[in-house]
Amino acid sequence: MSPASALLDVRDLVVRYGSFVAVDHVSFDLAAGETLALVGPSGCGKSSTAAAVLQLHRPDGGEVWFDGRELTALDERALRPLRPAMQPVFQDPYGSLSPRCRIRDAVAEPLRVQGRWDRMAGPARVAELLDLVGLDPAYGDRRPHELSGGQCQRAGIARALAGDPRLLVLDEPVSALDPSLRAGVLNLLADLQERLGLGYLFICHDMAVVRHFSDRVVEMRDGRIVDER
Amino acid sequence: MHPADPLLSVRDLRIAIGPVDAVRGLSFDVRDGEVLAIVGESGAGKSLTARALLGMLPRGATAAGSARLRGETELVGARRQVYAGLWGRRIALVPQDALSALSPVHAVGDQLAAAVRSVRRVSRKEARARAVAALEQVGIADAGRRARAYPHEFSGGMRQRAVIAMAMINEPELVVADEPTTALDPGTQRHVLELLARRREETGASLVLVTHDLAAVEEHADRMLVMYAGRAVESGPVDEVFARPRAPYTAGLLASLPPDLSPALPSAEPLPGRARGGPVAGRRLPSIAGAPPTLAELLPGCAFAPRCPLARRAEPAEPAEPAEPAEPAELADDDRCRTELPEPQRLGDGEREVACHRWSELPDRPAELFLENV
Repeated sequence: MSPASALLDVRDLVVRYGSFVAVDHVSFDLAAGETLALVGPSGCGKSSTAAAVLQLHRPDGGEVWFDGRELTALDERALRPLRPAMQPVFQDPYGSLSPRCRIRDAVAEPLRVQGRWDRMAGPARVAELLDLVGLDPAYGDRRPHELSGGQCQRAGIARALAGDPRLLVLDEPVSALDPSLRAGVLNLLADLQERLGLGYLFICHDMAVVRHFSDRVVEMRDGRIVDER
Repeated sequence: MHPADPLLSVRDLRIAIGPVDAVRGLSFDVRDGEVLAIVGESGAGKSLTARALLGMLPRGATAAGSARLRGETELVGARRQVYAGLWGRRIALVPQDALSALSPVHAVGDQLAAAVRSVRRVSRKEARARAVAALEQVGIADAGRRARAYPHEFSGGMRQRAVIAMAMINEPELVVADEPTTALDPGTQRHVLELLARRREETGASLVLVTHDLAAVEEHADRMLVMYAGRAVESGPVDEVFARPRAPYTAGLLASLPPDLSPALPSAEPLPGRARGGPVAGRRLPSIAGAPPTLAELLPGCAFAPRCPLARRAEPAEPAEPAEPAEPAELADDDRCRTELPEPQRLGDGEREVACHRWSELPDRPAELFLENV
């Protein structure tokens, strides 16, 4: 697939930590509206790949094309305006939100950071985002410890959606949730993908969830892709 | 002591943490040589139950009720000396976090040898040999050399194997494993569970497996006890509960698993909107609405009622349709999920128990009840 048509195109990605090669010439692509799962044992390089895709850790080799732009060729300044379009959702819903911050401030923060906060329209936008993830906007006044794990994870997703992303990197988004809450969050992610055409890079070790939720699966081991299906 | 007495008999166990009732009247048996899984989510009370059996409740928690080992030894409220005589010999714990179970300043083999000598009068050399043998039995290669290593020199999986070796080394009758694999990575989880099951079989011990991993339950347990908000909602043989859950909570939990997980699920048949590989909409899973309750704020009646499709369906109709004024008796009946705590009742031959006012209303394909929730 050419970089122009794929939402994300990763070519020969290399990530090193000192002399250790964590990601060894990994290539894959992802279309809008598609879910690509990255699977493999702990330490296989999937989270390093995800961090390099998001340019949270600048890769040591290879190219990352996102929405037709080569991220690996851009400096931090040029990357900044692109960052809202690719957002992570982390495993630990409590750990990914500041415990002291009210939910509505946590969701509003990306807008503020991007200089897109509008004092008149902002609160309504936050309420809309909370509603979008199935949270009663009244929960905006609460702090993370006053929410269940599932509600907290929904707030984390609302925060990721604040910058109108095109790509979400979902790093074990339901693994830390109670079993009775997992299906609800997976359903929400499926809904959002359908409504917003999001591309998902989905890191998960539960193969039953992966098979159910993903269009394609890339399996990694020791930093390399060992299987694609 | 009667030979007919089950290995462990728990009756009306209640555990309070300060003013909060965390376990609210729990009864179950553990039979000889069986694996009983206690399943539930955080706050269900499963770990507290396990801890109470071992006399290891956290500070501030108090237990009432009864838990008898072979009909004679009362565990609830037992003094520390009583437990000191039981730990390792008759009951042992496999904890979630192996690092906290092992001393960081002693070699692993020395800790195992000390466990042997705490129970048996054997020479240091003999204890040492048993420790190495125990490490071999849990599949640690080059056990003689590894026995001299310290816990931090072991991988997470090896540490958990060492902890299993320690729990089993004096051949206890009952092993309580409290989420034994939660801290491990998924591949290792499988191996450690298989090891635990194998060692249980080899020693003939009974195993109480506390977990929220239903795949592990299906693979390794004989019977299961499903807990919700400090109460048992359902218990019975694993294959029967998976094939035909009777409590709405169990039914919702099983239905919300991705279809591959368990071919035994009745919902493995395609449900509307559940075909795989289709458009994104086809990925919607049945799911339980809402969230587990906060124990400090429990309402009267069944704790699952606010999330239960059967209880919701039975809610008194809104005045929009006053066609037939409901009989007062009927209204009271409809309300019982919210007013009356359901007691466990035996079904059929008594192998199954369910605590639900409306279990008989659960349809044959209960997954359909949970399709609406997104």
